[in-house]
Amino acid sequence: MIGPLVNILINGLAYGVLLFLMAGGLSVTMGLMGFANLAHGSLAMLGGYIVVGLMRDYHWPFLLTLPAAAIGAAIAGWIVERTIFKRFYGGKELDQVLLTIGIVSMTVAIATYVWGSTPQPVRVPEFLDGRVHVGIVDVGTYRLFLILLGGLLTLGLVLGIERTTFGAKIRAAVDNRRMTVSCGINVDRLFTLAFAIGSALAGLGGGLAVYLVGLDPSFPVKYLVYLLIVVVVGGLGSIQGTLLAAIALGICDVAGKYYVPEAGAFVLYAVTVLLLLWRPQGIFGR
Amino acid sequence: MVALAPRIPAPSVVARHLFLRRSRWRWEEIAFWLIAAASFFLFPGHHVLITQALISGLFVVSLDLLLGYSGIASMGHAAFFGIGAYTAGILAQQGWGDPLLGLIGGAIVAGAFGALCSLLVARLHGAALLTVTLGIGLLCYELANKWSSLTGGDDGLQGMIVQPVLGLFAFDIDGNVGFIYAFVVIFIFYLLARRLVNSPFGLALTGIRENIRRVPALGISVRFQLMMAFTISAAVAGVAGALLAETTQYVALEVLSFDRSISVLIMLVLGGIGNLVGGMVGAMVFIVARDQLAAVNPVYWNFWLGLILCVVVMSGAGGIVGFLRRLGDRIGNGR
Amino acid sequence: MNINSASPETVLETRGLHKSFGALRVTQDVSFRLPQGARYALIGPNGAGKSTLINLLTGVLAPSSGTVLLNGSDVTRLRPEERVRRGLARTFQINTLFPELSPLEAATLAICQRRGLCINPFRALSGCDDAIDEAQALLADFDFGDDAGRPTHELPYGRQRLLEIVLALAAKPKVLLLDEPAAGVPQQESAEIFTAIEALPSDVAVLFIEHDMDVVFRFAQRITVLVAGRILCEGTPDEIANHPEVREVYLGDGENV
Repeated sequence: MIGPLVNILINGLAYGVLLFLMAGGLSVTMGLMGFANLAHGSLAMLGGYIVVGLMRDYHWPFLLTLPAAAIGAAIAGWIVERTIFKRFYGGKELDQVLLTIGIVSMTVAIATYVWGSTPQPVRVPEFLDGRVHVGIVDVGTYRLFLILLGGLLTLGLVLGIERTTFGAKIRAAVDNRRMTVSCGINVDRLFTLAFAIGSALAGLGGGLAVYLVGLDPSFPVKYLVYLLIVVVVGGLGSIQGTLLAAIALGICDVAGKYYVPEAGAFVLYAVTVLLLLWRPQGIFGR
Repeated sequence: MVALAPRIPAPSVVARHLFLRRSRWRWEEIAFWLIAAASFFLFPGHHVLITQALISGLFVVSLDLLLGYSGIASMGHAAFFGIGAYTAGILAQQGWGDPLLGLIGGAIVAGAFGALCSLLVARLHGAALLTVTLGIGLLCYELANKWSSLTGGDDGLQGMIVQPVLGLFAFDIDGNVGFIYAFVVIFIFYLLARRLVNSPFGLALTGIRENIRRVPALGISVRFQLMMAFTISAAVAGVAGALLAETTQYVALEVLSFDRSISVLIMLVLGGIGNLVGGMVGAMVFIVARDQLAAVNPVYWNFWLGLILCVVVMSGAGGIVGFLRRLGDRIGNGR
Repeated sequence: MNINSASPETVLETRGLHKSFGALRVTQDVSFRLPQGARYALIGPNGAGKSTLINLLTGVLAPSSGTVLLNGSDVTRLRPEERVRRGLARTFQINTLFPELSPLEAATLAICQRRGLCINPFRALSGCDDAIDEAQALLADFDFGDDAGRPTHELPYGRQRLLEIVLALAAKPKVLLLDEPAAGVPQQESAEIFTAIEALPSDVAVLFIEHDMDVVFRFAQRITVLVAGRILCEGTPDEIANHPEVREVYLGDGENV
């Protein structure tokens, strides 16, 4: 009785960490610039393919491909932000939605063209592959690794936002953009940097996700809904809210598949809709 | 008193004329409907495809009423289309196969669900509105998927028996009757939609799109107008879904899919938002292009679709119809 | 109508209006009356709570306590649009118009609403000739001319300020709240707006909300001074101008403007 429950919690936590990494940047994007970037999942997919590609074709060790995935996604995010997205800040939400859906569609096509539509396998090093005995249950080592890494990154992120000047500027800009601009802070440059960091997190999340949830060109479409739910339910621009929503979603999803597999994603969507009707600004939104 | 009796001043004639001009048939509209009617004779081998394009067009028009005129984005509009399709389908499966009954049933059930949703979403906007409409669409899909005793689930709804239209014209395998039936129904709904956007009610919707804060200060209830708009839009989407079910005599789970909710947005933007005919044109171009390109390679189709979407949005040209209008204006000025 | 008749009826009244945001009290015990056909002004320095008071009067905000009476009936719980239908119209300090609609369309919309035409989705606009004629006549009163048919966003700023008043008048109000009607209009162009305000129908009660004191002295019969959410004093322009406390808290501020 307890065993499965603990397992579900741990698996859900690991899944939640992945969702948080992939959604964190999106939360900042939407909170800071009001830019609805539905293509955020494409950056995660890019990270995934960088991991797979470097390991398969260049025989890089798995752990070394992770920073490469983050850097690759950051560069891609930075380029797209500077060339395309920045023109749409403050514009119509519908334009942003359609533009980024267009980008999703193109990235899906490009990924299919380059890597084919079959799921890509990834082999993780042996020390991450096994299972370890923790207390009363056996847990996948990789999941523990994810939770540990995710915990460290989250700690770093929260400290970065709470303690550094950069973080203070971001918080100020989310809170009151006009005021921040009039304080002489270049919000545009601030945002480019934040966008690149968010892209790096997404790339890393995508790279880490391959082993757990698989990777094929439909990845950005599959996770679009989940990322949007995490960000909106958590409250736009709130890191803590996004983290909590991601973990809650992760645990609910794993628990739902275990206990009520016949309900599918129904419960998840229903809870999301009800939550947003109750608090349209999200749980931690203002 | 006689001397003070109101006489109609000349500016009033001008003012009335401005409103008449607003509601006048434009050449793109006339051209589209003439071509659509002529296609019955020009492309006899493609009746089924063109019928589907027209039905998608009506679906896009229903979204345009909501998005183009009221400024409310729905990311789950397929919910209403699908509910209309399943309603007509289940009616026909249970022996109520009269096509017009199916249309009415589809409109009522989809409209009622739309009214319910409008109560929920009327106070939402921004990211929450996008997510909730998306969530409602996904909920309906999941529900139909799991409730297979009613819907047939993944296999689709089988065993529809659709009776002849008006008891006279039986649907044929070449889609001749289906084409004419759909064409007439869609044209009637197009006229009704035109009527709606050129009514004071439609003007109030435009007001909501243009400045939602001013509207209450005129004495207009935003909530009421949006609920009406949502309900009407859902009912029209339901009619489109019912038409698809009747002309194909089958309902696939795909009618409720996220893909369909997104495609309808794309068709609207491709054709041109906020002028009704843009939706019809966008659907026609989209469906025909998909038929041609996706047959070659679905991967290319996705790529070009995405690229075209980005170009349309970035150019800000107002889609195909917006482009045609400007072209027409330029030719007109050049004379 | 006999202008000298005994005190005209009160059309808008507030009784003990309070509003707090958390611990912050922005409106405290505001009670005042606006008689029919009055030309009153509400003034106060920045941050005095003028905008909050307007929001309380129009129903955008609900008061923490107190009542708002319109024509003698309690409207405290009514929504903004319901108050408009009962004769309380307003203009906005920052232009709140329909950029893509022409003034003619916007005014026709307001008039159609008043005539109850906006709830029927299938009534053709081209058949609402009476409403269109009324909108045209109203715009002609304000010398809109050809501007009536152009999209609002193409009009000069001063014209847009006038349209604010036109749209409020289209509701045929009994009470008109003018929220800094000349805000942002250069001095030399503001004459047009003040001419329009002077020509407002005499049976409409007008309450100006103003920051600039000079403006209201020209029009107002009585002035209410709001400071820190409270009514500091109330009286004729002369009384207010000579009121020592007003001179202290308000005119001192005014000299800097």
